Amino acid sequence: MSAPRTLFEKIWNAHVVAPETADTPAVLYIDLHLVHEVTSPQAFDELRARGLKLRRADRTLATLDHSTPTLPAGADGERPYATAQAKAQVSQLETNCREFGVELHGWDSADRGIVHVIGPELGATRPGMTIVCGDSHTSTHGAFGALAFGIGTTEVGHVMATQCLLQRKPKTLAIHVDGQLPAGVGAKDLILHIIGQIGINGGTGHVIEYRGAAIEALSMEQRMTVCNMSIEAGARAGLIAPDDTTFDWLKGRPRAPKGAAWDAAVDAWRALRSDDGARYDREVRIDARAVKPTVTYGTHPGMAIAMDAPVPAARNAIEQRALDYMHSTAGQPMQGMPVDVVFVGSCTNSRLSDLREAAHVLRGRRVAEGVRMLVVPGSEAVRRDAEREGLHDVFTAAGAEWRVPGCSMCIAMNGDLAQPGQLVVSTSNRNFEGRQGKGARTVLASPATAAASAVAGKIADPREYLTEVAA
Amino acid sequence: MQPITRIHSRTAVLADENIDTDRIIPARFLTTTTREGLGKLCFNDWRYQADGSDNPAFPLNQPAAGGCAILVAGRNFGCGSSREHAPWALLDYGIKAVLCSEIADIFRGNALKNGLLAIIIDEAEHRWLLDHPGTELAIDVREQAIELPDGGRIRFELEPFARHCLLNGVDQLGFLQQHADAIEAFEARVEKAA
Ligand code: SF4
Repeated sequence: MSAPRTLFEKIWNAHVVAPETADTPAVLYIDLHLVHEVTSPQAFDELRARGLKLRRADRTLATLDHSTPTLPAGADGERPYATAQAKAQVSQLETNCREFGVELHGWDSADRGIVHVIGPELGATRPGMTIVCGDSHTSTHGAFGALAFGIGTTEVGHVMATQCLLQRKPKTLAIHVDGQLPAGVGAKDLILHIIGQIGINGGTGHVIEYRGAAIEALSMEQRMTVCNMSIEAGARAGLIAPDDTTFDWLKGRPRAPKGAAWDAAVDAWRALRSDDGARYDREVRIDARAVKPTVTYGTHPGMAIAMDAPVPAARNAIEQRALDYMHSTAGQPMQGMPVDVVFVGSCTNSRLSDLREAAHVLRGRRVAEGVRMLVVPGSEAVRRDAEREGLHDVFTAAGAEWRVPGCSMCIAMNGDLAQPGQLVVSTSNRNFEGRQGKGARTVLASPATAAASAVAGKIADPREYLTEVAA
Repeated sequence: MQPITRIHSRTAVLADENIDTDRIIPARFLTTTTREGLGKLCFNDWRYQADGSDNPAFPLNQPAAGGCAILVAGRNFGCGSSREHAPWALLDYGIKAVLCSEIADIFRGNALKNGLLAIIIDEAEHRWLLDHPGTELAIDVREQAIELPDGGRIRFELEPFARHCLLNGVDQLGFLQQHADAIEAFEARVEKAA
């Protein structure tokens, strides 16, 4: 019998084309390459310059999401791009995909959306695969038990030309999440709590496997929220072993296997879990019962605490600068801090369940005077489903803006941004200085917290609103 | 890529911890479709004042930092996104090496592929370099050593393949392409099984 192996090792071993040696990294095969407009143009140019073909167009899937406006086209059919350069970047991807034969979910596609939202929706993301994209939040796809990680543009070119990457085997970190999350506390609170515990470099050099009762109880969309933010702990990838939750979610999706092939696939996928006794390089335990609605108080995702807990005192000048930038005060909780903008969206929290969570709080209520709220669905499919349920009516009746899918204020490169000094409660994944606009202050939170804060006009505990509705 | 064997320069220091890729190059500049000319945008929101003039408080705007090609940065440099625009911008700005006690994985890989020496050093040595901007250093890639003005040496780890590529100007894509037969065989085996 072979030695017990981790989920990560099983996937890794199945994709080694040439093993690593002391002198050279492994050649690792990539099953799926996701492409978007921002990190691909220089790679396509490199192929052209070298006279190379795209090796496997059938393993490549492209979408438009980062630079795209989230307001619809005007009467003249013109889309309101932030800059001519943004428009040129999008049209360059359209040209590149045509020339190299890549399937592009562009403006005319019914499935366009944020790259990490549409991969799973289309069933292109499946257990056991290796998936890469020129985008660090590729870790999202690990929720399906796929080894998925972000790469730079040079590597985008490598995958285009050879369908392979040169990789050293990363280390493994098991995060066991025991117990169950309390009512009104969700996946976003959990992952912010985890990063607050292990730090933004707590996962550097590692692939994280999330395990334990609390993880098994999460829905597929919640698992994606957790894996999405693995990179914010410095990890290359996050993984969750696939189970019936995974299979039920995938079944019937356009690119999922059908009929007997489906049954065979599920049989194979059931073996994708860490064997008993498998060794990780590191292990961490987290108690789910201790997690509360969690927000960030500083300028990186590791500066996260329960919203009713006092902001910790700065340990050095750098942390003090972060508190000053945020206008956070040591000893005071974040709860109650006045809010200017609320953003519900991004590949962390823009799926149907996220929008339902926000709508649940907003139903029959209004966004506070002076607060601007933007709701940006992750994909056209999410938009359709949400509109079918009437969620868009809930948002607009509350005074929020209902937009067209895209990354929007997560990265603020499409014109959707906050003004200097404004405080944004955001369901996205990065609260770096200036991420949502120069001088903008970002507080990361769950969709429920974002919605509650929009209604209150200040950072607010969503549980107060959820109980009211239930009563 | 040009071979890189040795870099000689005074150091400039950015002591902040967790300098993320959004600070190295803000996302709104990522609509570019080339890799050239990003140096003028490097550290944009930190480096310039609202009117576009240089921010005197930005350490790399100090006269003493002029011409420095070695950056000593606070812990966990390059965290955040996978944008290769970050090393492109640093290189175009004139930075040839970054020394730090911790460097984010994706940034480090991207940097080395572009000939930007992203080097991890021990905490004590890192501390000392943070406290001593303007130190004359020579970085020797072959020896994997940083030479100090007093004759001392700081050894550093470098992944052997990255070192080989730097020293010989090896094109990694070319190296991957040499595996064409193995890749084809792998595809044949896996796709037949499926
Ligand atoms: S939503 Fe944000 S994190 Fe996700 S892919 Fe877009 S820019 Fe990146």
